Amino acid sequence: MKVNCLKQKFINLKANKPLRNDLTTYGIVILAYVIIQILGMAGMINSQLKGLLVPICVYAILAVSLNLTVGILGELSLGHAGFMCVGAFTSAFFSKCMVEVIPQAFIRFPLALLIGAASAGLFGVLIGIPVLRLKGDYLAIVTLAFGEIIKNIINTINIGRDSNGLHFSMKSAMDLGMEKDGVFLIKGAMGITGTPGDSNFTVGAVLLLITLFVVLNIVRSRDGRAIMAIRDNVIAAESVGINITKYKLLTFAISAALAGVAGVLYAHNLGSLTATPKTFGYNMSIMILVYVVLGGIGNIRGSMIAAIILYVLPEMLRGLQTYRMLIYAVVLIVMMIYNWAPKSIAWRETHSIKDLLAKAKGAIASKSKKGGN
Amino acid sequence: MALLEVNNLGISFGGLRAVDDFSISIEKGQLYGLIGPNGAGKTTVFNLLTGVYKPNLGIIKLDGADITGKKTIDVNRAGIARTFQNIRLFGKLSVVDNVKVGLHNQMGYSVLASILRLPSFKKVEAQLQEKALEILKVFDLDKEADVLASNLPYGKQRKLEICRALATNPKLLLLDEPAAGMNPMETLELMETIRFVRDHFDMTILLIEHDMKLVSGICEELTVLNFGRILCQGKTSDVLNNPEVIKAYLGE
Repeated sequence: MKVNCLKQKFINLKANKPLRNDLTTYGIVILAYVIIQILGMAGMINSQLKGLLVPICVYAILAVSLNLTVGILGELSLGHAGFMCVGAFTSAFFSKCMVEVIPQAFIRFPLALLIGAASAGLFGVLIGIPVLRLKGDYLAIVTLAFGEIIKNIINTINIGRDSNGLHFSMKSAMDLGMEKDGVFLIKGAMGITGTPGDSNFTVGAVLLLITLFVVLNIVRSRDGRAIMAIRDNVIAAESVGINITKYKLLTFAISAALAGVAGVLYAHNLGSLTATPKTFGYNMSIMILVYVVLGGIGNIRGSMIAAIILYVLPEMLRGLQTYRMLIYAVVLIVMMIYNWAPKSIAWRETHSIKDLLAKAKGAIASKSKKGGN
Repeated sequence: MALLEVNNLGISFGGLRAVDDFSISIEKGQLYGLIGPNGAGKTTVFNLLTGVYKPNLGIIKLDGADITGKKTIDVNRAGIARTFQNIRLFGKLSVVDNVKVGLHNQMGYSVLASILRLPSFKKVEAQLQEKALEILKVFDLDKEADVLASNLPYGKQRKLEICRALATNPKLLLLDEPAAGMNPMETLELMETIRFVRDHFDMTILLIEHDMKLVSGICEELTVLNFGRILCQGKTSDVLNNPEVIKAYLGE
């Protein structure tokens, strides 16, 4: 009886291609996690790679969440690093304030996560309301500007705490006027130091899975269809009663909140957090966009894999010194051709793993026949 | 009372009076035609009816309710659905998903239900699938349910647009040049389809068309537009024999 039920489920799964695809995606993440854990226990991972594990999860989450805006909604956003920045700073501020009040990391970190995601999502809505009236290049430029504004504002914030309570200044750390026992919580361009290191690879992998779960489930739902309908034809979507503003804002907010999650993970992995152009500037936003484009616009699993490869590669090539970026550029071009050139797509269709396996089977079968004769 | 009542409708683009003093009255269950030479303002009338443009003047009433100047999505919810002259499908969605987008406002569940895959998600999705396939079956498209909409042949794309419009459960269906680009055989089949939609779904249909065979074949009443104004209105046979109409179409 139970076997029959399972069998039926398996048959349903075979017929349901999107669901099968999603399960494969989750499977890849879990498998990669298990393999790395085993290698780690066997001591086969060097300290350099170990240091990359959490950032890999951060960038994979960023790429997947940006793909929701760029690939599924079809709007170009270049402010993704800005939302990550909001998530990183709000959560790091919370964790630093609460480190004595809530000493247990397993309670503190989920709260920090919620706060980081919610504030980034809120920023997504606030920025989305004015900018989502724009389209294409214009939207890209304005989101880029907002990303920079967020980063620069955070760079000017000073917050300190002493026996009199919290002090706030946008000028300099000296203007806080604190008592002698005061501690800086956020110190302008120096950012936040001493955030508790609550992130690790396990947390990162779980958050990546959650991000994939949220994004894939939205894509394969009534709301996902509405969002993709807007992407494919706004006028037609409106004519069948889809609320364009609502769905654009919803997508933008979810995408921003997930970028905030990546920010939380990032902030709790480092001892000190600063909003420099390298970490949260437009360069970073464009890097994330590169992951999305090379992984395949609208292809969630692809953007995750592209983020992993393209983040790890330049780090692994550090030994080559100045040739590093040259090789990186060549890899970008090769990946682009492999993913998008019509001839390459045709080649991949005839050389898929399934076909090769079938061919190999056929060859073996014919050989054994000959042997029989 | 008429299903659609339009009085004195007018709109200007800059100095151009695109539609002027347009009035029409369509009874429930009627097959009504809107014809006229190129640039007469037919599609502009459709855009006014569906809220794409806001009229400068006039009143639009659907089933007694005033829908003048409402947004497109509210007009759709009030009960007007349309197809487009240049086909506007959701190309990267499958055929069945196109219809499900049409069903969007008929059945629903919250965003949270879709993220967490709550029971309401599964229940409503199953209903949506069933309903969408039911509509597709009427148009003989159920076998292509999982094909991408952009990969359908032209004639079937036109049919799918009608499916999607019907999925929104309208009272009035607007068809903008449904026979454009079709050969005579396909046009004949389309005429059958339109008649069938009217009878099967108990629908009221207003259509724009240039193909006179189709217009004279299925429309019960006609309105002729020329330079944004009504040239002639009435029973199809009377209108098509009107010397003014012949002059507007063929010249003197």
